Amino acid sequence: MKSLRAEHNRLSDSHEQIAQLETGIHENDPFRLVPFQQKLEKIGMYPLRPTGVNILQINMGKMCNQVCAHCHVDAGPDRKEIMTKDIMNYCIDVIKNNEDITTVDLTGGAPEMNPDFIWFVEKIKETNPRVHIIVRCNLTIIVANKKYYGLPEFYKKHGLEVVSSLPFYTKDRTDRQRGNGVFEDSIKALKMLNDVGYGVDGSGLVLNLVYNPAGAFLPPAQDALEKEFKQSLQKDFGISFNNLFAITNLPISRYLDYLIKSGNYERYMEKLVAAFNPAAAANVMCRNTVSVGWDGELYDCDFNQMLELKTDTSHQHISSFNKTELNTRNIVINQHCYGCTAGAGSSCGGAVT
Amino acid sequence: MANHYYNAEDLAKFGNIGEHGKKLADKFFDWYGTVFADGALTAKEKSLIALAVAHAVQCPYCIDAYSSDAYEKGYSQEQMMEAVHVAASIKGGAALVHGVQMMNKVKEIAM
Repeated sequence: MKSLRAEHNRLSDSHEQIAQLETGIHENDPFRLVPFQQKLEKIGMYPLRPTGVNILQINMGKMCNQVCAHCHVDAGPDRKEIMTKDIMNYCIDVIKNNEDITTVDLTGGAPEMNPDFIWFVEKIKETNPRVHIIVRCNLTIIVANKKYYGLPEFYKKHGLEVVSSLPFYTKDRTDRQRGNGVFEDSIKALKMLNDVGYGVDGSGLVLNLVYNPAGAFLPPAQDALEKEFKQSLQKDFGISFNNLFAITNLPISRYLDYLIKSGNYERYMEKLVAAFNPAAAANVMCRNTVSVGWDGELYDCDFNQMLELKTDTSHQHISSFNKTELNTRNIVINQHCYGCTAGAGSSCGGAVT
Repeated sequence: MANHYYNAEDLAKFGNIGEHGKKLADKFFDWYGTVFADGALTAKEKSLIALAVAHAVQCPYCIDAYSSDAYEKGYSQEQMMEAVHVAASIKGGAALVHGVQMMNKVKEIAM
């Protein structure tokens, strides 16, 4: 599998994705969804406003050792967009000068593939030892190359929370979404994380897993699924973890491409709209998060980042981070936002209701 | 009315049956919701039972709904097919066990 960019797929252009979501697959396509804005207006939540900026989610680059079928970043080994030390230094300044930011969430691509990943984590901890750091680790990176074998110890040393995708507790569904051999490598990596204490009771080292549906459907109830994951991973592999985050796939990038090619697009979108949940809308992650792109541009979330929908502010770069302006901005929304408000809701921390 | 009896789009209109009798429809959907919630059996287990029964009663709407639901809840294709075989074998067995009745009758009347 290749990235949409490498395939010269029209959906590698964010404008094409937005046009698709707003006006349908074909010219004069009669399929129309209720605008997300109208849904928010009906419940008195438009314009959508932040509750603060407590989480700085930093996308350290689009390079990844995997090419997953559902990836909203269109990440892969061919993607060369990587955050530089200059941009990281701006992030450090923001973390230093804004005590409201209590969590730094490192994502990608595989953030560990950024050559300055280690330096950046150490620098954040040096700047503010109290700040909570999350690393979104795809697991297989840990066993991809000898130079990454020490990652579990490194995470432990700095008390990072590890959040890792494992679409299912069986090989079949995992490999279907993330590529052949990913399940086995993920199990090896999870054992390495358990070995240093991650996900083990009483260690204080948090290992959370992320479930994404491997197909055109919504996640089931998070609590029930977590129980099953825990039982199966313990029974089959002796693996333990803390929490399972059930995340809905948003209809953008590679997942959008999959939906269209498999003939599921309209049904899936209708499902998302029908499952709109006002309680989930009130708790969407963009209300307390600012997302930083690999080049320092600011967005309301990682999905808006991939659609190149920058924050509705006059300062849109980390070098001119303006907390007051960000706290009073209108969050940029579009049709893909239905993905975060369906059913129990969805965020980088799983269900929101 | 269309010239066929089943239309996939009608499944999404199930909730509209209340237009011709809201009170009974409300009672049904309330009961239905409770039946499928976690109880002594999990919602996931109930989904697989529903899938098997859907095949036994040969309801295309139910097969559509519970094939999706059971897969979404994490059952594998093999597990789902085994459930269908359970339904099919009960249906087959239900027909076949009446063979005893046939034999009894024949014994009764034969010389």
